[in-house]
Amino acid sequence: MLLAFDTATPAVTVALFDGERVVAERTMVDAMRHGELLAPEIAAVLDEAGLVRQDLTALAVGVGPGPFTGLRVGLVTARTLASVLEIPVYGVCTLDVLAAAAVDDGTVAGPFHVATDARRKEVYWASYDAEGRRLDGPEVVKPATVATDGPVVGRGALLYPDAFPDARGPEHPSAAVLARVVADERAELLDPEPLYLRRPDIAEPHKPKRVS
Amino acid sequence: MAVTDGPLVLGIETSCDETGVGIVRGHTLLADAVASSVEEHARFGGVVPEVASRAHLEAMVPTIERACETAGIKLYEVDAVAVTSGPGLAGALLVGVAAAKALALGLGKPLYGVNHLASHVAVDQLEHGPLPEPCVAMLVSGGHSSLLKVSDVTTGVEPLGATIDDAAGEAFDKVARLLGLPFPGGPHVDRAARSGSSVAIDFPRGLTSGRDLERHRFDFSFSGLKTAVARWVEARERSGEPVPVADVAASFQEAVCDVLTRKAVDAAVRHGIDDILIGGGVAANSRLRVLAEERAAAKGIRVRVPRPGLCTDNGAMVAALGSELVARGRRPSALDLPADSSLPVTTVVV
Ligand SMILES: Nc1ncnc2c1ncn2[C@@H]1O[C@H](COP(=O)(O)OP(=O)(O)OP(=O)(O)O)[C@@H](O)[C@H]1O
Repeated sequence: MLLAFDTATPAVTVALFDGERVVAERTMVDAMRHGELLAPEIAAVLDEAGLVRQDLTALAVGVGPGPFTGLRVGLVTARTLASVLEIPVYGVCTLDVLAAAAVDDGTVAGPFHVATDARRKEVYWASYDAEGRRLDGPEVVKPATVATDGPVVGRGALLYPDAFPDARGPEHPSAAVLARVVADERAELLDPEPLYLRRPDIAEPHKPKRVS
Repeated sequence: MAVTDGPLVLGIETSCDETGVGIVRGHTLLADAVASSVEEHARFGGVVPEVASRAHLEAMVPTIERACETAGIKLYEVDAVAVTSGPGLAGALLVGVAAAKALALGLGKPLYGVNHLASHVAVDQLEHGPLPEPCVAMLVSGGHSSLLKVSDVTTGVEPLGATIDDAAGEAFDKVARLLGLPFPGGPHVDRAARSGSSVAIDFPRGLTSGRDLERHRFDFSFSGLKTAVARWVEARERSGEPVPVADVAASFQEAVCDVLTRKAVDAAVRHGIDDILIGGGVAANSRLRVLAEERAAAKGIRVRVPRPGLCTDNGAMVAALGSELVARGRRPSALDLPADSSLPVTTVVV
């Protein structure tokens, strides 16, 4: 039983896959509450499927790129759960999951790009062939520098219609697709290491101020 | 107390730059593993939140494993998981909170999201046994300087006063920088002060006279002191004379410790409390310990200070509070427990 989740975009998405089909899936979109949503969602899909934690045999996690704080929630959860349950954890580039979904849903036919929101007026960006195999990226770029009339999948396209007029679905990754991608080894399987793509902002070192 | 007594609790602390994982059984400390990113921050002269958060992610699982090894336990034996849910750096807290939830989920055990300040108080029971309740707790670190009245460490923590500007440890760090001492400065100032005179320079004592004292009887202010030290050092440099580092360090340290101990003892006397407990990184200061003992003893008040290793941020303190929560039958936190960077001191369990 594979437990899959991704927190690299505004969506917190969790799914259970029994080797053949997805037996439970939950997705909530709230860019500010990954830390609060993920664990209850995991508990909920287990409940829904009538399973317990000991039934899990592997984990899959989206390794980004994505906004750091949310991304880390998924990764530290995956690493810790894997350690407690003594099961393997497979990482997948989050953009690859969006690409696989677009190919499977038929929203693209032929080569395309994936773009998600990197904030600060930038997008996380990668290029794919018609089968959804990554050709280039991921990288973090300004939309204008990669503007294209070709199809672009993911929320990044919706945010920057001037650069990406041909937006295609889906907007956010789905853990159900992530689980299938891992089960079928359709994407490169990675260690659960975050794809930050940016260096930490070191402009303003500070100490927390008094709070009481 | 036998090591088999009491609940086995694992505590996680990531509120700042230390990844701490502690394991206790009742009041007995079994392991206190800490991974610090302080060296990565040293060159910036302060903690860089994103650097700290990244380091927490990398250190988390290895630190949990190291703690279990030291304690000689298997994770599945743990009865409860406790974690700092605030206050602290939001992104840093979140790594610890998410890890604690994963542990609780993976073990099928209760989760307690706790207040960092209450943990600084609870940690003392690992060294000196059951907490004196009520007590006046003085927490002095790089991020906090507070006086608290603790009637029950699991439910009743009441703020009496706090710094209105810099924290005491922050003042130590800033003065260290002025004197060309490395970060974090507290221990270096402490060491330099040993060969200096504490009465060489009369630095100001914030909020200790007249109107200030009326309005801020149990509050602190250290930014004026820091500025006074800076002016004094600059004047020396301008006149081409060497800066007597030891004397400046000793006189500055005396000013801080004078105010802290005076107000802590005053708070205990005012509230009719016989015990003062000191915690936080600055509690490691040698002069603070001596002066607090001296002044409290004169009023018949006892002082408890955990050993320096337990005063700075660590996981054992979180486990200690967790253990007390389990022992006193407090309700665990829900899995949607948030990380709250400004968690009020009155909220012990979230
Ligand atoms: N011997 C000492 N004398 C004075 N200050 C000290 C001494 N040792 C450490 N400190 C100060 O303690 C502070 C570190 O405290 P601590 O480890 O509790 O971390 P913190 O992140 O500041 O804590 P918190 O998150 O609780 O605010 C630093 O400012 C350091 O300079």
